[in-house]
Amino acid sequence: MNIEQLHSQYKTSLKKENRLIRFYQILIFIVFFSSWELFSRMRWIDPLIFSSPSKVWHLFIKKLGDGTLLSHSGVTLFETVLGFIIGTLLGTILASLLWWSPRLSKTLDPYLVILNAMPKVALGPIIIVAFGPGFPSIISMGAIISIIITTIVVYTAFREVDPNYLKVLQTFGATRAQSFREAILPASFPTIISTLKVNVGLSWVGVIVGEFLVSAKGLGYLIIYGFQVFNFTLVMLSLMIIAFFATIMYQLVELLERKLIKD
Amino acid sequence: MSFLKIQDIHHTYFSNQTAATALADISLDIEKGEFVSFLGPSGCGKTTLLSIIAGLFPPTSGKILLENNPLKADSDFSIGYMLQQDYLFPWKTIEENVLLGLKLIKKNEGLEKIKTLKLLSDVGLGGTGKLYPRELSGGMRQRAALARTLAVDPKILLLDEPFSALDYQTKLKLEDLVFEILKSFGKTAVLVTHDIGEAIAMSDRIYLFSAKPGRIYKTFEVPDELRELTPFHARNHPHYSALFQTIWKELESLEY
Ligand SMILES: Nc1ncnc2c1ncn2[C@@H]1O[C@H](COP(=O)(O)OP(=O)(O)O)[C@@H](O)[C@H]1O
Ligand SMILES: [Mg+2]
Repeated sequence: MNIEQLHSQYKTSLKKENRLIRFYQILIFIVFFSSWELFSRMRWIDPLIFSSPSKVWHLFIKKLGDGTLLSHSGVTLFETVLGFIIGTLLGTILASLLWWSPRLSKTLDPYLVILNAMPKVALGPIIIVAFGPGFPSIISMGAIISIIITTIVVYTAFREVDPNYLKVLQTFGATRAQSFREAILPASFPTIISTLKVNVGLSWVGVIVGEFLVSAKGLGYLIIYGFQVFNFTLVMLSLMIIAFFATIMYQLVELLERKLIKD
Repeated sequence: MSFLKIQDIHHTYFSNQTAATALADISLDIEKGEFVSFLGPSGCGKTTLLSIIAGLFPPTSGKILLENNPLKADSDFSIGYMLQQDYLFPWKTIEENVLLGLKLIKKNEGLEKIKTLKLLSDVGLGGTGKLYPRELSGGMRQRAALARTLAVDPKILLLDEPFSALDYQTKLKLEDLVFEILKSFGKTAVLVTHDIGEAIAMSDRIYLFSAKPGRIYKTFEVPDELRELTPFHARNHPHYSALFQTIWKELESLEY
């Protein structure tokens, strides 16, 4: 037995394990969809309510052909991405202001607690009245749902930066702005990235609820519409498309994480 | 007129419940090029005094003059401060870390930059400029921190237990390195330590602090024979153990 042999043995066993896990993942996928199809065809579940993968697929092809799916998905995706970016950006900026002025942060503290506890989607009707029943309202919903929690989490990260780093900068005569740029912000990057991950999910919630309320366009609208005309195949299709895009967005954030954080 | 003059420093930390006096009646003078140590048990106010000298916060009362001028942290880099840990920024390369002080005053280019990078080889870190701190050992990181401190050419160096987190061998080597570099640049330095041997081996004068509140309890002049030696060799000199015994006894008597 030499080291190389042991190493290649170790690698094969690792590969085997990974293959096994991949196998189970695919198995779950196949079992889920085929039993869904089967149950629906055998009428063990009501096909009118639960539809079936083949029906969803046919609808997908049809809606893709007439272009409606693309336009609805495009609208929702646009609103979600914008809501996500605005929410994260405003939250981080607000956190920076709180860090900048300890007095401001102490003053605002109880209000942040209230706003954080508040279910943001309940503000929907007011937002729609204020911004009109269009995409500005929906984007606001996607943003507002993540602003406060981003502010709180990022501000906490700012405060937890080791004060000795600031001491080093201070002995070099750094201004507060320089301290922020050189230590506070980069030290908090990991936290900011992890709030990005949470915010992906949150902005989807905000946007879909917004579309429920405005009921004009988008995947949220398709869900509500499908529900009203009892077309549950349309509801299922919309859900799957949401799951697809939300996953892609999450993966992109993870890619960004790997790019930005080297250690 | 002495180089650094510390006059009647008192410092009290206030909180809602308590007012804890950390320093009382501290007065001392340090001449240009001298190396002095503050020695004492932990909690006797050494770090507080160093922070005040560094201008990180004002004392409750008293004043500090450097070349007859009151001190401020944001003045012309009169002060270099080194902490117990290196506090190199982990997302910056060694080179970026060392250039940090110059960057903050927008001088990190041209000749200044070349001079600073030469400092890296002076501390024995040539060729590590592009590495990140996590790729270096503890001793190397502390040397990089020394280079970062020296980069802005401070008039006086404040060293707050910079060797205490290192293993013994690394510590002895680093003591020699710091000693020689500071001598060759003619820097004035204040070392805080709770290690009697280190204080004797490195300094010209030792201030022994007593606690609660922190006061200067005794002052010891290190004999000329020891001053001239590097810290490593000083530790082997007969005068070293004599002085060690004396200070040891004083420290013991402090505890009761
Ligand atoms: N920021 C602070 N607030 C309140 N008390 C402090 C603070 N920093 C230090 N002290 C107290 O002041 C005394 C001296 O502390 P310090 O200067 O850190 O001593 P040393 O460096 O000699 O160990 C200690 O009793 C410590 O508890
Ligand atoms: Mg201390």
